[in-house]
Amino acid sequence: MKVIKEAIAGTLESSDVLVKVAPTEKGTREVVLRSEVIKQFGEQIKQVVTDALDKLSVSAGSIVIEDKGALDCVIRARVQAAVLRGCSSEELDWRRLS
Amino acid sequence: MKLRRSMLFVPGDNAAMLSTSFVYKPDSIMFDLEDAVSPREKDSARLLVFQALQHAAYRDVETVVRVNSLDSEFGLKDLEVAVRGGADVVRLPKTENAQAIGELEAHVVRIERACGRPVGVTKIMAAIESASGVVNAVSIAIASPRMIAIALAGFDYLVDMRTKRSNGWQPELFYARAAVLHAARAARIDAFDVVYGNISDDAGFLREVKIAKRLGFNGKSLIHPKQVELLHKAYAPTEEEVSHARRVIAAAEDAHRKGLGVVSLDGKMIDPPVIEEAEMALQLAEAS
Repeated sequence: MKVIKEAIAGTLESSDVLVKVAPTEKGTREVVLRSEVIKQFGEQIKQVVTDALDKLSVSAGSIVIEDKGALDCVIRARVQAAVLRGCSSEELDWRRLS
Repeated sequence: MKLRRSMLFVPGDNAAMLSTSFVYKPDSIMFDLEDAVSPREKDSARLLVFQALQHAAYRDVETVVRVNSLDSEFGLKDLEVAVRGGADVVRLPKTENAQAIGELEAHVVRIERACGRPVGVTKIMAAIESASGVVNAVSIAIASPRMIAIALAGFDYLVDMRTKRSNGWQPELFYARAAVLHAARAARIDAFDVVYGNISDDAGFLREVKIAKRLGFNGKSLIHPKQVELLHKAYAPTEEEVSHARRVIAAAEDAHRKGLGVVSLDGKMIDPPVIEEAEMALQLAEAS
């Protein structure tokens, strides 16, 4: 799956996360993470983001994460929403979303 | 018996509320994919609710998902999320008749089979929001063995009836409350009273709670976390009621041990309804 257009999901409110996706010129997957709790939970957040992207088979796209202290389940959902919007994907494969 | 005093609405696209609503310990949490979510955020809200349903924090509380009408472009997508996510209950809004429950159930069965959930595990409740719904309340309540509750929704109902909500004993809602409640009791399911929308008016909220409790509703649908504690306190039995309930249970157990069919306490006969009432009082006291 490749990100073909710019898209966002989430908000910058507390306990939420804003995920911005966009196509990349190189055709690679690039993830940028900014978080208020990066020292304590940076690795865990990266793991959740990577897992969500891997399950959706995202091979290309820029993914920028602005975390405001969101739970793992919120991060996963927002990443999925932004990617599906950015890939113009209407059909959901539930096995890839759990 | 499952206690259903409080059903707290949580907007499906509100990450903060999804992350904290369980802290307030409502009896049921209802993730709303319908009116609380704007059309352009429905897709994101569905994913948020799908993930939240599987979060450990929601393992010990009854989870409900309010889906959009199945006639809308969102309804079936919402239903996929609710059933596949493992919601305990699907809440159908604006239920007009028993056919709507039948249609919903058929889709729930299809999705349960498709995702490998045991058929029958997803329960259903109906919100009644119109004159037609009130008139058909009995057939709605008995439309499926999956039905666990019906809820009266006041705003749309009162618009349909061309009136407005008043203070006091609210005569404009009396018939609908009584009809919904009788339907629920005849079907042996639970009944939720209307939402109270003015979250800054605790006195008004408690006035409505008093009416709902007095009529016999299990509880109310709630739109703000602070209403949970207020409601639970209002539904809690008094110390005197708890003490009496304990004596009733003790007397009934004593009679059972002695093989007596009938027993009296303070000169009054204790029969099964009295015992059931005492058990309910003790359950409410324990949960309060």
